[in-house]
Amino acid sequence: MSPHRADPGRRARRTALACAGLAVGMIGLAFASVPLYDAFCKATGYDGTPRQGPALAASAARADDSMVVHFDTNVAPGLAWKFAPEAGSIEAKLGETKTVFFRVQNTGSKPSTGVATFNVQPGLMGGYFVKIACFCFNEQTLQPGETLDVPVVFYVDPAVREDSNTAHLSEMTLSYTYFAAKNGRPVTGPVANSAAPGTKGDF
Amino acid sequence: MATAAAHAEAHEVHDHKPSFFARWFLSTNHKDIGTLYLLFAFCAGMIGAFLSFGIRMEMEQPGLQYFSNPATYNVFVTGHGLIMVFFMVMPALIGGFGNWFVPLMIGAPDMAFPRMNNISFWLTVAGFCSLLCSLFVEGAPGASGAGTGWTVYPPLSTAGHPGPAVDFAIFALHLSGAGSILGAINFITTILNMRAPGMTLHKMPLFAWAELVTAFLLLLSLPVLAGAITMLLTDRNFGTTFFDPAGGGDPILYQHLFWFFGHPEVYIMILPAFGIVSHIISTFSRKPVFGYLAMAYAMVAIGVVGFVVWAHHMYTVGLSLQTQSYFVFATMVIAVPTGVKIFSWIATMWGGSIRFTAAMHWAVGFIFLFTVGGVTGVVLANSAVDKYLHDTYYVVAHFHYVLSLGAVFIIFAGVYYWFPKMTGHIIPEWAGKLHFWLAFIGANVLFFPMHFLGLAGMPRRYADYPDAFAGWHKVSTYGGHIFGLGMFVFVIGVVLAFRSKERAADNPWGEGATTLEWTLSSPPPFHQFETLPQIVEEPGVH
Repeated sequence: MSPHRADPGRRARRTALACAGLAVGMIGLAFASVPLYDAFCKATGYDGTPRQGPALAASAARADDSMVVHFDTNVAPGLAWKFAPEAGSIEAKLGETKTVFFRVQNTGSKPSTGVATFNVQPGLMGGYFVKIACFCFNEQTLQPGETLDVPVVFYVDPAVREDSNTAHLSEMTLSYTYFAAKNGRPVTGPVANSAAPGTKGDF
Repeated sequence: MATAAAHAEAHEVHDHKPSFFARWFLSTNHKDIGTLYLLFAFCAGMIGAFLSFGIRMEMEQPGLQYFSNPATYNVFVTGHGLIMVFFMVMPALIGGFGNWFVPLMIGAPDMAFPRMNNISFWLTVAGFCSLLCSLFVEGAPGASGAGTGWTVYPPLSTAGHPGPAVDFAIFALHLSGAGSILGAINFITTILNMRAPGMTLHKMPLFAWAELVTAFLLLLSLPVLAGAITMLLTDRNFGTTFFDPAGGGDPILYQHLFWFFGHPEVYIMILPAFGIVSHIISTFSRKPVFGYLAMAYAMVAIGVVGFVVWAHHMYTVGLSLQTQSYFVFATMVIAVPTGVKIFSWIATMWGGSIRFTAAMHWAVGFIFLFTVGGVTGVVLANSAVDKYLHDTYYVVAHFHYVLSLGAVFIIFAGVYYWFPKMTGHIIPEWAGKLHFWLAFIGANVLFFPMHFLGLAGMPRRYADYPDAFAGWHKVSTYGGHIFGLGMFVFVIGVVLAFRSKERAADNPWGEGATTLEWTLSSPPPFHQFETLPQIVEEPGVH
C-alpha cells in the first residue's frame, strides 16, 4: 500500500472520516448493548433473570424430583412498606405450576407508589425458573394502611437436570425488592413491562 | 528493517520558529505538542505519585494515621488510578513519544491534522483540570472527592456518591477520552497516508506499528467507555435507570461495558512501550530486531484478542462454567503473542554486541519485570484461583508489575534513549543508571511483598487492616521511598543535562540506531522532511 501522492489531502480526509465513523459506531453499539443485553438475559436467564412463559402441560411434571424454592423479600430505603411471602419456602416438583402469594402493606401515613424487581440465586438458575404471572415492574400505589396480596405463578423447568451447571442443585431463592417509584412516573427502564401502571397479577 | 538513504539536505536555513505564546499555546508542530504532552505527563505523574505516597504512608501501619475518614483514602486511590492511567501513561507514551517520533520514523513532515493535534492536547489538559476539581467538591456523604475506584462501578458511583465529585470525574474522562479519540484518528491517518516513499507497512519501524495498533484499540474501546459513563451520568442526574435495579436496570451491564473498554485499555498502555523497547534493544545490541514481522503481528494479535477477554475481570459476578472456561482460555491465549515478543527481544540480544547504557538498563529491566507481571497474570486468568484473589493485593501487585514497572520503566527508557534527540542535551549516564537501580530495587521492594499480602487475603481499597499484614506493608512502604528517591536522581540528571555544555551528535548511539529520526540533527529542525526521504533496501539489513 503505497501512499498516493496525487491527492494526499483527500485520502487523509477519507481515512479520518472512516475512523470517525468507527468511533461513532462504537458509541452506538455501547447504547445498543442496553436492549441487547436485556434481550440476552431474558432469552438465556443470564445473571439470574427468570424466564417468562406459559405453563407446561401437566404431564410434563416430574413426580420424583423437586426443588425447594426460598422466598426473599426486601423493601428499599425510602418506602414505608411491609412485604412478606405467605411461606418462607415451598417444595416445587419440577415442571409443576405453583402459585405463591406475597403480602404488601403500606405502613406509612401517606399514599406511596412502589415498583418491584426480582432475580433468582444462584444466578445460573435464571434460565430454569419460569414465571407464568407476577407483579414485577408494575407500579403499585397503596393508600396508608392498605394491604394487597399479589401472586407469583411459576414452575421450575425439568431441563434444570440436564445442565451440568445446575443438575446438582436442590434449593434456590427467588428474591423480590420493592423500590419507591421514581417521582411517580411510569418506569421506563430497559426491562420494564408494557402493562399500564397499577394493574396487578400480570407481567 | 529498511534503513534510510542519506538524507543530508540543509534544513537549517529556513528554520524560523513562532513567538513563545504562539509556539507553545497554539502549537501545531508535532514535536512541540509531543514536548507539551511529556511535560504534562510529568506534572500529572508528580500529582499521581503524591497521591500514591499518601496511600503508602497510610498503609505503613495498621489503624488510621493520616486519613481521619477512610472515604478520603479511597479518593486518593481513585485519583492515583485515574491520573496515572489517563493523564500520565497515555499522554507520555501516545501523546508524547507518539507525536514526537511517529512522523520522524515514517519520514513525514508532521501529523496529518496538526490543528486537531493541538485540540487533542488541550482537551486532555481540560480533562485533568476537571479531575482536579472533583477532588475538592463533595462526593460520598461527608467527604470530598470521588472514591469509586478507577472503575466507577455503580451503585457506589450513583447512590453512594450524591455529591458532584463523580460528575466532575466523568467529565474528566469524557474530555480526555475525546482528546484520545481525536489523537487516534490523527495517528491512523498519518501512518496510513504519510509514510515516506518506499516505506511499506512491512518496513515500518515497530514503534510506528505499536502506535497504529494502539490507535485502533483507542478508536474501538474509548467510545464504549464514553457511552457507559454517559449512562452513568444520566442515571445520576436525570432519573434514567440503565444500571439501577429499581427501574429494571442492571449494574452488571456497567461492568461488561467498562471492561470491554478497560481490558483493551491495558494494552493501549503497554503496546507503545513494546514498540519503544524493541528499538532500544535493537540499538544497543547493534542488531536488527529478531523476527520483525512476528513482532509486528504479535502486537496486532494482542490487540485483537484483547477485545474478547474482558470478563476475566468479572469472574465473581456469576458467569456459567462454560463462559468462565472460554474467558480463561482466551485470556491465556494472549500469553502466546506476548511470549513471542519476550523471546524475540531476548533473541535480539543473543549474540549481539551489547552496550549497557542507561536506556538499555531500563529496557532489560522492563523485560524481567514485565515477565513477572505476565506470569502472575496467567495465574489470575484461572477463574477458580481468581475467585480467591479477586480484589486482593495480589491483583494490585500484578497490574503494578505490568504497568508501574512495565509502562513506567519504558517511559523512562524512552526518555533516556531519545532525550539527546529531543533536546540536543545529554543526561549523564551515571544518573540514568543510578535512577534505574533505585527504581528497580525500590519498585520490587514496593510491589513484590504485595503478592504475599494478597495471597494472605489483604483486600484492595481498605484504609485499615489487621496487624498480621503489618510486616509486609511496612517493607512495601520502604520500597516506595526508595523508588521516590530515584525520581530526585532523574530530576538532577535532567538539570545537569541542560547545564552542561556538551551537545548530542545527530546519532549519539552509533551503528545500531537505524531509524529515520537519527538521520536528522539533534534536536531535529522545526520542520523536517520537506523533501521526503527515500527508503531503499540495504542488502543484509532486513
